[in-house]
Amino acid sequence: MTHAVGRLALPDAAPRFDSRWVLIGVPVALVLWLALVPLVFLLWQSFLTPQTAAAPAQLTLENYVAAYFDRDNARLFLNSLQFATGAALLALVVGTGLAWMNERTNTPFKALFFALAIIPLVIPGILFTVAWIMLASPKIGLVNLALQALFGTDAVFVNIYSMAGMIWVDGLHYSPMAFLLMTAAFRSMDPALEEQAALSGASVPQIARRITLRLAWPAALGALLILFVRSIESFEVPALLGLPVGIHVYTSSIYQAIHDYPSRIGLAAAYAVTLLLITSLGIYAQSRLAREGSRFATVTGKGFRPRTIDLGRWRYVTAAIFILYFVVIVLLPFLVLVWTSLQKFYSAPSWAALDRLSLDSYRAVLDYPQFAGVVWNSLVLAFGSAATVTLLSAVIAWVVLRTKVPGRWLLDNLASLPLVFPGLVLGLAIMVCYLTIDIGVYGTLWIMFIAYVTRFLPYGMRYNSASMLQIHKELEESAAMSGASWGMTFARVVLPLLKPGLLAGFIYVMIVSIRELSSSILLYSPGTEVVSIMIWELWQNGQYVELSALGVMLIAALFVLVLLAQLAGRRFGIAEA
Amino acid sequence: MLSVRSLFTEYANERGGAVKAAQDVSFEVPEGKLFTLLGPSGCGKTTTLRSIAGLEKPTAGEIEVGGRLVYSSGKGVFVAPNKRNFGMVFQSYAIWPHMNVFQNVAFPLEVRRLPRKETRERVMRVLHAVQLDELVDRDATKLSGGQQQRLALARALVMEPQLLLLDEPLSNLDAKLRDRMRSELKRLQRDLNLTTVYVTHDQSEALALSHEIAVMSEGRVVQIGTPRQIYEQPGDRFVADFVGTTNFIAGTVIALADGRCVVSSAMGELKAHASEGVGKDARVIVSVRPEDVELSEAPPAAAAGDNVLKGTVDAKDFLGDYLDFHVKVGDIVLTAKAHPSLRTPTGDAIYLRMKADKCVAIAGDGAR
Repeated sequence: MTHAVGRLALPDAAPRFDSRWVLIGVPVALVLWLALVPLVFLLWQSFLTPQTAAAPAQLTLENYVAAYFDRDNARLFLNSLQFATGAALLALVVGTGLAWMNERTNTPFKALFFALAIIPLVIPGILFTVAWIMLASPKIGLVNLALQALFGTDAVFVNIYSMAGMIWVDGLHYSPMAFLLMTAAFRSMDPALEEQAALSGASVPQIARRITLRLAWPAALGALLILFVRSIESFEVPALLGLPVGIHVYTSSIYQAIHDYPSRIGLAAAYAVTLLLITSLGIYAQSRLAREGSRFATVTGKGFRPRTIDLGRWRYVTAAIFILYFVVIVLLPFLVLVWTSLQKFYSAPSWAALDRLSLDSYRAVLDYPQFAGVVWNSLVLAFGSAATVTLLSAVIAWVVLRTKVPGRWLLDNLASLPLVFPGLVLGLAIMVCYLTIDIGVYGTLWIMFIAYVTRFLPYGMRYNSASMLQIHKELEESAAMSGASWGMTFARVVLPLLKPGLLAGFIYVMIVSIRELSSSILLYSPGTEVVSIMIWELWQNGQYVELSALGVMLIAALFVLVLLAQLAGRRFGIAEA
Repeated sequence: MLSVRSLFTEYANERGGAVKAAQDVSFEVPEGKLFTLLGPSGCGKTTTLRSIAGLEKPTAGEIEVGGRLVYSSGKGVFVAPNKRNFGMVFQSYAIWPHMNVFQNVAFPLEVRRLPRKETRERVMRVLHAVQLDELVDRDATKLSGGQQQRLALARALVMEPQLLLLDEPLSNLDAKLRDRMRSELKRLQRDLNLTTVYVTHDQSEALALSHEIAVMSEGRVVQIGTPRQIYEQPGDRFVADFVGTTNFIAGTVIALADGRCVVSSAMGELKAHASEGVGKDARVIVSVRPEDVELSEAPPAAAAGDNVLKGTVDAKDFLGDYLDFHVKVGDIVLTAKAHPSLRTPTGDAIYLRMKADKCVAIAGDGAR
């Protein structure tokens, strides 16, 4: 065979400058800037006195003295722990029970529970909290009103403005997450282990208690840590339910310190550093546990055919639990919002009120002069940060997983670092950072864009790493053997194959950006409000009816986005070759 | 054409330790020949192939193809894989699932910026050669295993590579299809006169396809030879054991002359072919293939070069087209392949004849 070497010569490369260093260098610099710089400013700020017109800021330990040795501090710390632990435990118990029923038993109505994966995405925390206030506040709560009417008394049955109320709302809100985490754990467990127990003569409760839950224990502990971190980061629930009755946790205290007059940024920073230490510890313990867990895993690469336990007549009980849960977490909160949005003034459901149904509140919201601007801000921010996060994390995931660049593990860790930032802490850190370095972003949409990109970068990383791992390395290598350069391989093979994952990740980041409240709340200024901020302001103004209308519209919009994401996942889900 | 000289490849494992994947690997492949790297998994054959491809960077050595140095640790040469112009078929085939059959094959020509018309002609020509021209617009994911394999081959061939590299290309196919693809691959290689390096752990594939075989073990090349040499005169206990099945008889050399020797063993004295490295009085093992142990109920006529022994039938396995006889001679049990017409009952006496040049004495202490 003759080789037409001349004609087949490969395009000339310019060996002087390799474009890949730019593509690797730029993300490294960006991630360093995004993840580390605000952290440094936060630490620095926590050692400064407040700057006033009269006196410049000075180095001090006062903030930490105030944060740690104030007589209320022990109370604050215990409140935070009690709230986060309680909510995490509630979420875990509910989520584990549901996951077990769904994965391991023949309970009817299971199909309902695939909807569960969607709920936390569709109902933002602030709306869920507001809905529960309408359901269970001492004065206007529908649950109280109904029970009072039933028993003919004035007694308050449930009070949502309490530690128990906070735990209830936050725990319920995170229970779908616990459900998903535990479902994954149950799925990776060999059903033969349970069948062996059944053959040994164990009953269903015995199997569940002595085999299934024991094997799921490491996963449950890991889930508990994740839920704990999420709960201690929660802002909406402590702010709406705790602050009015003086139950303080770290997040609400940070918010208050900033909104004090004069604003006590140093104290807020000292609280934030404390909170950051707690979340870092939680995340570190969780990742250690995950590593340990993989060493003792009973799970092999073997595929299991899911088999379920026959509950007999008890399956009607579990079905009832399912439906009750669905009512409590989806139906009640959503319906109460819909009901309120259809009223002119807030009032409890009655025949009289039924006659007064109107769409005025929707009209009112749409007629707000700033409404168009607010929606536009939300959309621009969601689209911009989703696009940026998706592209940036695709490149980072590729560098981390597919190249042998030295130091790539550092890049991986840096990109995941924002996971430890509670939204409020990130907002504070970024606020301090760009107040100090004046590059003209403070008070614009850009500062919120920076916050969103930082906050959601780890989510993008997770989506992209997962889909990158599914692409067989040989698909890239065969492109190289075909003569394709590095860039051509990335553009023609890697990116097209990543498309389903990229799209799903993109829509997910859009959704969480639109719902985002806790970091935006410290960063918005007049003119840069987003939808979630508008909800917050409506709440502060007591405009419950308009808030409900806006909430219902937001839920509908998010629902459409989630459906799109699911559709995209299916439509572009190509089979592995 | 291809020359690999003293190649060493190491890579770090998860703990940071060094895994020695290829150790002092050297071989030459002449123009137009098919050369096979044969060995069990983890022997370094794939690493060696990937080093030739440029997908792996060796730690030391030299690789030269057609007078062009593509890697040299001494001269600091490393040509990137996409500049080497070698075709490769991967074990998974690595068919791009987002492209159809035509797009997969056209890719190597597109990245070389060939005119569209010429690309079309060459793609169709190579698809015709692998009999996929009917399926040109089919989604690549909708092909059967055999078709995917041919598509991968077409993609490797379309760029008229200087060298063709095949990484276990038949291992993902079922047995019948594997046999057919094997002969097709052989025909294509011979027709196009392509210099080819083939990696496999399947000895029958290696024996059927290759001009020459290098048997590898633990990162080293143990023996290089034609299929016949490898099978009939294994130079090493590992080679004898890995390639085909064999009987091992331990013993000591008591006479040695002109590449022939006499070995004293528990079965008595055996005349054998002495492989390299066998000296007088050395401890050796004698390897003899089951099909080279001829059985008969009556004493056979023994020529000068034959070993004739008497044993008893210990056990028999009926395998359809032949029978495995396990014959006990002294304390040693030998396996012999016999025609199904031989029906000697278990426990009866039987005669064995083994030609001296089919018994290969290999240096070693014989300890199992």
